[in-house]
Amino acid sequence: MSRNGPIALLFHTLFVIFALGPILIVCAVAFTPLGYLSLPIHGLSLRWFRAIGGNPEFVSAFWTSLGLGALSATIAILFTVPAALAVARYRFPGREALVTFLQSPLMIPPAVLGIAFLRFFTEIGLGGTFIGLVLSHVIIVMPFALRLVIAASTGIDPQLEHAAVSLGASWWKSFWRVILPLILPGVASGWVLAFITSFDEVTMTVFIASPRTTTLPVRLFLYIQDNIDPLVAAVSAALIGLTVVAMLLLDWLYGLERLLVGRGRAEGSG
Amino acid sequence: MSLAATTARRPRLDPAPYLLSGPALLLYGVLLLVPLIATGLLSLHSFALYKGIIDVYNLANYRDIFSDSYFYEIFGRTFRIALLVTVLSALIGAPEAYILNRMRAPWRGLFLLVALGPLLISVVSRTLGWALLLGSTGIVNQALMGLDLIRTPLQFMYSEAGIVIALAHVLVPFMVISVWAALQRLDPQVENAAISLGASPLTVLRRIVLPQAMPGILSGGIITFALAASAFATPAIIGGRRLKVAATLAYDEFLNTLNWPLGAAIAILLLFANILIIVGCNRLLERRYAEAFR
Repeated sequence: MSRNGPIALLFHTLFVIFALGPILIVCAVAFTPLGYLSLPIHGLSLRWFRAIGGNPEFVSAFWTSLGLGALSATIAILFTVPAALAVARYRFPGREALVTFLQSPLMIPPAVLGIAFLRFFTEIGLGGTFIGLVLSHVIIVMPFALRLVIAASTGIDPQLEHAAVSLGASWWKSFWRVILPLILPGVASGWVLAFITSFDEVTMTVFIASPRTTTLPVRLFLYIQDNIDPLVAAVSAALIGLTVVAMLLLDWLYGLERLLVGRGRAEGSG
Repeated sequence: MSLAATTARRPRLDPAPYLLSGPALLLYGVLLLVPLIATGLLSLHSFALYKGIIDVYNLANYRDIFSDSYFYEIFGRTFRIALLVTVLSALIGAPEAYILNRMRAPWRGLFLLVALGPLLISVVSRTLGWALLLGSTGIVNQALMGLDLIRTPLQFMYSEAGIVIALAHVLVPFMVISVWAALQRLDPQVENAAISLGASPLTVLRRIVLPQAMPGILSGGIITFALAASAFATPAIIGGRRLKVAATLAYDEFLNTLNWPLGAAIAILLLFANILIIVGCNRLLERRYAEAFR
């Protein structure tokens, strides 16, 4: 493999600045000691991070988002694991159609889903409720969980399950003691990815969230539409920090390259 | 893996996969198909200011949309922004994927993370970064004025240029992923062979690398275009309330004007345009590059 020339490295440097600039600027502004948007040139301060605690709307939105992410990721995984096992371990008529259908929420613009859910939940009496939020988030995080659990279930040798069954294990026991431990890394990463997807979702949620059940990104979005100040930078910086922690967790569990590109360390890249 | 052999040993239709995927199918049926079909029906209803939604079935909302220049302007703007974002993402993302592919460990993994990691960060936070950079007292304008390149601040906020730049930043990881995946199939020996046969680096890039990266650029382009055309948060923050695109228009009809049937019609058009573009372009792409997808 040949090395990158100076022009390539210059392009690469500019790309890195472009990719990270907006993210770093948010984090920098969050540490300003001043009362308005400015870079922390004359010293760092945590005053705006402390100010988050004094804003009950952001705090309660954070807890809503956390509960919503955890609950919708868990429910999505419960539905995903059996479906993924069906796709990965059986060849049956309608298999391709099933995968396409289960991945279809990715093809629907989130705003369209938001509109569909707003009307649907209003009609069935779940408008503006936390349950409505959870149900809608289950749908949008399922494709992400499904992809990882299918990938994890595909390589399993069917002989292992046959061995368990021939040794007298019940179907449930062979799932619980043989299959599940083998696919657990995929299931865990699927859960984390589903959680992040739910935690970050804004476009669909902005349609169906009520003032009582607003998530953190929606709260942030509505706040930014009126007013941009160091407080939103601090909230964003805290969000970015949390995402980086989740990213490291995913890298450790699954490998980020494999997660994002579909191949990675285990198979040896390139 | 002999899944085919397992199936061959079981000639009768095995109910297991259907039972296993049943709950997920049922969930999708109730929570996805029903709301979408109901939205389609809602778009056929009409709306009056004092009576609310009226239970009739006609295409009046669609007729309104297609006969009003206001909507043409917004859909035209949405299309223009999506196209520019796609081109910009390709110009930025494709070369970067190629450069990443030529890097060695550990830089390669590290910078792949830098390029793709932002995907996991909330769109709102990333867009806020651009609002801070592009504002009239933002860093970009201060730098340009400090260098005496401009006298008065450039108006990026509330402009299509601002939306395009911020959206390209949000979506460029998809282009990098797609081109990266295409380049993984490229045998580096072919490049070396071309060089040893006397080809200049530029010729290698044009005649060897680009044709092989093209399926990746095009399929990345489809994803980028579809996501840009249905983007909401970034155009809403950078574009402000006046510079509307399709998704923010639907939002306004639903939550401000409260004309739900018209909002539903906009949503249905957005949905069909999206599916048409994704499925249609993928079909063309697969036909054109049949062997690359095999």
